[in-house]
Amino acid sequence: MLRILKQIAKTGIVSEAPPEAVDSPDEVARLQDEVLRTLGRALTIRQVDAGSCNGCELEIHALGNPYYNLEGLGIKFVASPRHADLLLVTGPVSKHMAIALRRTYDATPEPKLVVAVGDCGCTGGIFGESYATLGRVANVIPVDVTVAGCPPTPTALLRGILAAVSTRTKTPRA
Amino acid sequence: MAVLADITKGGRKAEAHRPWPRFTVDTEAWRRAVNALLEARATLLGLWGDKEQVHLALLEEPSADIAVVTLECPDGKFPSIGVAYPPAIRLERAIRDLYGLKPAGAADTRAWLDLGFWGVSQPLGANKKSRKAQPAYAFLPVEGEDLHQIPVGPVHAGIIEPGHFRFTANGEAVVRLEQRLGYVHKGIDGLMTGADLDKGAKLAGRVSGDSTVAYAWAYAQALEAIASAAVPPRASWLRALALERERIANHLGDLGYLGNDGGFAFGLAQFSRLKEQVLRSNHAAFGHRFMMDHVVPGGVARDLAPEHAAVMVDEAQRLAAEVKVLREIYDEHDGLQDRFRACGRVRPDLAVRLGLTGMAARASGQKHDLRCDFPHSPWDALGVRPIVHDDGDVAARVAVRFDELDESLRLVREIVERLPGGDVVAPVPDPQPYRLGLGCVEGWRGPVLVALELGPGGSIRRCHPHDPSWSNWPVIEHAVIGNIVPDFPLINKSFNLSYSGPDL
Repeated sequence: MLRILKQIAKTGIVSEAPPEAVDSPDEVARLQDEVLRTLGRALTIRQVDAGSCNGCELEIHALGNPYYNLEGLGIKFVASPRHADLLLVTGPVSKHMAIALRRTYDATPEPKLVVAVGDCGCTGGIFGESYATLGRVANVIPVDVTVAGCPPTPTALLRGILAAVSTRTKTPRA
Repeated sequence: MAVLADITKGGRKAEAHRPWPRFTVDTEAWRRAVNALLEARATLLGLWGDKEQVHLALLEEPSADIAVVTLECPDGKFPSIGVAYPPAIRLERAIRDLYGLKPAGAADTRAWLDLGFWGVSQPLGANKKSRKAQPAYAFLPVEGEDLHQIPVGPVHAGIIEPGHFRFTANGEAVVRLEQRLGYVHKGIDGLMTGADLDKGAKLAGRVSGDSTVAYAWAYAQALEAIASAAVPPRASWLRALALERERIANHLGDLGYLGNDGGFAFGLAQFSRLKEQVLRSNHAAFGHRFMMDHVVPGGVARDLAPEHAAVMVDEAQRLAAEVKVLREIYDEHDGLQDRFRACGRVRPDLAVRLGLTGMAARASGQKHDLRCDFPHSPWDALGVRPIVHDDGDVAARVAVRFDELDESLRLVREIVERLPGGDVVAPVPDPQPYRLGLGCVEGWRGPVLVALELGPGGSIRRCHPHDPSWSNWPVIEHAVIGNIVPDFPLINKSFNLSYSGPDL
């Protein structure tokens, strides 16, 4: 136990300030306010791998490491779409995952946000459309924000998630 | 070469297959190959189809020779390997789904990659047909009192690739696990056909993102063999540096998640911190956190600048010291060790029978590592220390990762300190059409094979990447038997197999 405490003390806090979202200068407090105003609680994310090569998943995992400290911003990944405010979807959407993706979307309560992640999620990427794939995420469910990159860095992902929340606070869905 | 020579005798040797030979054989020789697999005189490196042929790549040990055995299937059939040698079962089902060639005598005739949504059957075969829907999948029957089933996926609870697991449990104990994969099938073999060589390299690097360096290197090896291209020594050392850094990043990530799945969140925080540091120095040195598209045919895309070389040596030393402390903490943590030990055990004899491969096999007493067994440049100069543990449980797979991490950190230091001078990329001569090549690299998970066949005008006629997860997935079905359901995530993570790689 002593060694664990010693290691924790020695490591200290490595978390960095979050990146600035596209158009909001005064970041964390305002966003947390916005998240709370829009959703009434902290932002919860359900991630869906709809056909990715698993590269994007590596970076989504990295969001949870102590440097990006996603949970410190009040954003957390949840196990069920019924508990989620936002779907973080990687692609290309394989034909085999299309139904599961639609059902996940339908199971997510309104108001909901969808962020399509990675070049494949945004455009279909190198895999495009074929007998096996339907291409970009927007071909299957409505998408609010896209985050390009192969894979996008954790900072780009965070920016995309924050941008999606700001979009919704400006144009609430009827 | 005794075993392979015996299998391929009388076969017709393909003229332009490099660097290892390929023989078109008759069904008798095909059966000799199956026997060699059954008797563990040869290891299966890959089994893939074409419009009218099936190909089997074999590795002979201890001589470490490779050969490809090809069987023509004029009547659309080939003798099943899987009926005698289980690791081939899913590969044969996939060949039938994609190419329509039937494994004659196979016991399991269900589809594997084709879940019934493509709108076509045999999409890559000679007799592609349109089709509305696949009949419902028949899971294996389970009978008995007090049994219940737990279906999981394809969308899992965490940030994991999709797949379906069907557990049958008696109380808490797993009686059977049946996996149903194929959800992330992207048609990679089909996309390769007709692609140019650059697109082929990019696709190869995206078969399984966590092994992008291994795949890109195996693809480059195959193409360089075909084109008789000489890779500058500095480039092959930089490839090894990238491969070891890929291994380090993945092992660090896995050790964190294994701690977390054992209820020790401290481990995840610490190891994910270290992994992030490695990814950041990758980005600084090579412009990409996972080094995608860093290995290119002919060499590598970016040289290692002196300032980054110095950073990498320091980093490797510091990481080795930090990992040593964390290993002691893991080893002394009774709660964690209680979860790790005797959990998800695969005994060495089962590992042989089921063709377990790579890092997981080294935790079950199998001393196979292409870097040691098959030392091409630069491994011959570096002398990779072979690592093997015998217990076959989660604890052994943790121990192998710790040992390999230590060895890879040593290799990083040694590679950077002894890095030869010169160019980092050499032009690849225009390859002749209709040539065949193989590349084989020991990725962090196990051996990655790429078989490449060129068509006219610098295009790809056929390219098949083989992931080590193919043979290891069915082993998890055995490893969980008798364990409790809540230990499955831990057992699964201790293998950490790719879905995208074998789903193709």
